[in-house]
Amino acid sequence: MHLMFHLSDISKSYGPLFAVAHTTLDIPAGRTTALIGPSGCGKSTLLRLMNGLIAPDTGSVTFDGEAVTAANASSLRRRMGYVIQQGGLFPHMTARQNISVMARHTGWTAADTESRLQVLADLTRFPLDALARYPAELSGGQRQRVSLMRALMLDPDALLLDEPLGALDPMVRFDLQTELADIFKTLGKTVVLVTHDLFEAAHFASDIVLLRDGAVEQRASMDVLLSAPASTFVEKFVGAQRGLNGARGLNGEPGL
Amino acid sequence: MKYLSRLPALLLTALLAVPFTAMHTLPAAAQDITVGSKKFTESVILGEIIKFTMTGNDIETAHRRDLGGTRILWSALLKGDIDIYPEYTGTLRQELLKGTDTHTLPLLRAALAKQGIRMSAPLGFNNTYAIGVTKETAARYGLATISDLRRHADFSLGFSNEFLDRGDGWPALRTTYRLPQQNVRGLDHDLAYRGLESGAIDGIDVYTTDAEIAYYDLFLLQDDRNHFPVYDAVILYRADLAERVPGAAATLTRLEGTIDAARMSAMNGAVKLDKKSESAVAAAFVTDRLKIAATPSDSGFVARLWKSTRDHLVLVIISLGAAILFAVPLGILAARHDRVGQCILAVVGIIQTIPSLALFVFMIPLLGIGGPPAIVALFLYSLLPIVRNTHAGLRGIDSGIVESAAAIGLEPGASLRIVELPLAMRSIMAGIKTSAVINVGTATLGALIGAGGYGQPILTGIRLDDTALILEGAIPAAVLALAVQGVFELAERAVVPRGLRLKSNG
Repeated sequence: MHLMFHLSDISKSYGPLFAVAHTTLDIPAGRTTALIGPSGCGKSTLLRLMNGLIAPDTGSVTFDGEAVTAANASSLRRRMGYVIQQGGLFPHMTARQNISVMARHTGWTAADTESRLQVLADLTRFPLDALARYPAELSGGQRQRVSLMRALMLDPDALLLDEPLGALDPMVRFDLQTELADIFKTLGKTVVLVTHDLFEAAHFASDIVLLRDGAVEQRASMDVLLSAPASTFVEKFVGAQRGLNGARGLNGEPGL
Repeated sequence: MKYLSRLPALLLTALLAVPFTAMHTLPAAAQDITVGSKKFTESVILGEIIKFTMTGNDIETAHRRDLGGTRILWSALLKGDIDIYPEYTGTLRQELLKGTDTHTLPLLRAALAKQGIRMSAPLGFNNTYAIGVTKETAARYGLATISDLRRHADFSLGFSNEFLDRGDGWPALRTTYRLPQQNVRGLDHDLAYRGLESGAIDGIDVYTTDAEIAYYDLFLLQDDRNHFPVYDAVILYRADLAERVPGAAATLTRLEGTIDAARMSAMNGAVKLDKKSESAVAAAFVTDRLKIAATPSDSGFVARLWKSTRDHLVLVIISLGAAILFAVPLGILAARHDRVGQCILAVVGIIQTIPSLALFVFMIPLLGIGGPPAIVALFLYSLLPIVRNTHAGLRGIDSGIVESAAAIGLEPGASLRIVELPLAMRSIMAGIKTSAVINVGTATLGALIGAGGYGQPILTGIRLDDTALILEGAIPAAVLALAVQGVFELAERAVVPRGLRLKSNG
């Protein structure tokens, strides 16, 4: 199996608190892996360790066989798209400028940039006329589409998403979940998705990594997490999510 | 990137165009000799007389008038920024050469020679200090001598700031006479007469050749303990003048013994009370007494206004431009590195607490008088608002945006250029605007150290009690402050990205 990310004995602490504690984790290529767990379990920190936004205290991270260091992080990141909860769009640039900022920075021709923009707008079903708008003039869902287009602009090998749908209202979120899953399937890229919602994780990935206090508690599919929880923590986490989901009556995963 | 290419171009054009055209027309560089004078009428008249005497003997001479106080003139003379200025023996003995035995003229000359300075023979009048009161006050309190003041502890005194500090000034006077007064204020000498007349103060220090003594009909308290030394007017000049400009020293001797106290007092009165120009009074003197033809060099309103505007713009534009080029990078450095940042903010903060006048005067030993020290002082003053706003603007950017810039693969420099600086631009521009307005106002103090500008008519106006002249500096200064603010508001429109001026819809 081709590994896209290999995290080996990796730790990161903030003062006395360990965000990630001696964790080893492999992310296979060409599939979607979901990182899940309660707040403070270290899932976002893991994602930032992968693209070198954070340097680990111990251990090492390799991306596609190459060690991630401070020196090569900027160039490696161009091969990893990154989307965060609020989109992280640059408010002083239009949607088009946001998406094409790296293409301009790395010297693409205007024609190449424009044709790539068309492909991405088509893929994410983003209206072309809205490309001239500023982030403040877009809806929450549109902003996340722009953010996704920006992440995909340089046709990266991997896509890292940190709660990409976390700030959206439930209806938009539901629609976008379905669309995103389709997009991931179409692209066939390595996707690492951080979420706190088990059903969202299951929607995107059969490979779910459940984290607790900076360490992997159980890594399995949804079915296994339900039928054979590795610990009472897993059982409680799954149970709480089912209760929440039932009460909310949305995001229902077929087959549950 | 287009935001960035616009900003430097805009600023640089504005910054470079005006000073460079103005530099060509800066005054006085080509003259053989530069005369300086202190910022009081008698000194300015004497400076003009020296100038006319020199030019009458075909020695090209410029006069930098209304420089600040004794220390400024003395430093400028030692440094060679000026070659000549009128001084008083008492000031030399009590202030400048304090601690050296100078009680005879030969000793005084010897002490000056050690510093490379020569001195003319006395010009003919003694302008010493005295304590002046109105005749009514003298009658009411029964005052005849300074000793009589001992009986009136509630007597309020207003002294020029120089008098408050000088070796023979108030502290020594108080000791000599054991005076009990606590209510002692420092104020401008020219304003003191008005304070005395209005009754706000009971007694002031006067120079015995002040024309106001006769005008306000003042009574001078007798110095019954002979406290005040003799202040014979003399001319100081640099020892190297003789070889640099042959005949200059010989020409100066023509003025020795030509001005008695009555004549000086009359000339002071002609300027201060009859509103004649110093230049006209001085020209009349040299024509009458030395038989030298002289044309008063009075410029018209438009020429004066143009000159002060040009001087002021040079001060503001160079100092502010340099401050922007220096403070924005400092602010960036401060935002990127916490420790360094705290040091930077502390240092520029401390600079801001130095009183502005003091900062100007500190620059004189390093840079002499005129434009350069004023520009450096203004530059230092302009740093804080820009550094602080640059720092705050960068630190205030949403962390998700900065993180996204790094995450999509922008290097730190590119992130700064493409993302962070445009987002901080509004705050940076606000800082620059604040600096600019402070700068325009503070630049009026530049006149005190010979930098010209709108401070010049203000200073002269205060000295001559001429409100029109004060307004000639104050109004343009206010207009310029508004104009500068307007220019930066326009610049803000150009450099603050449009996307930042939109309201979010959710």
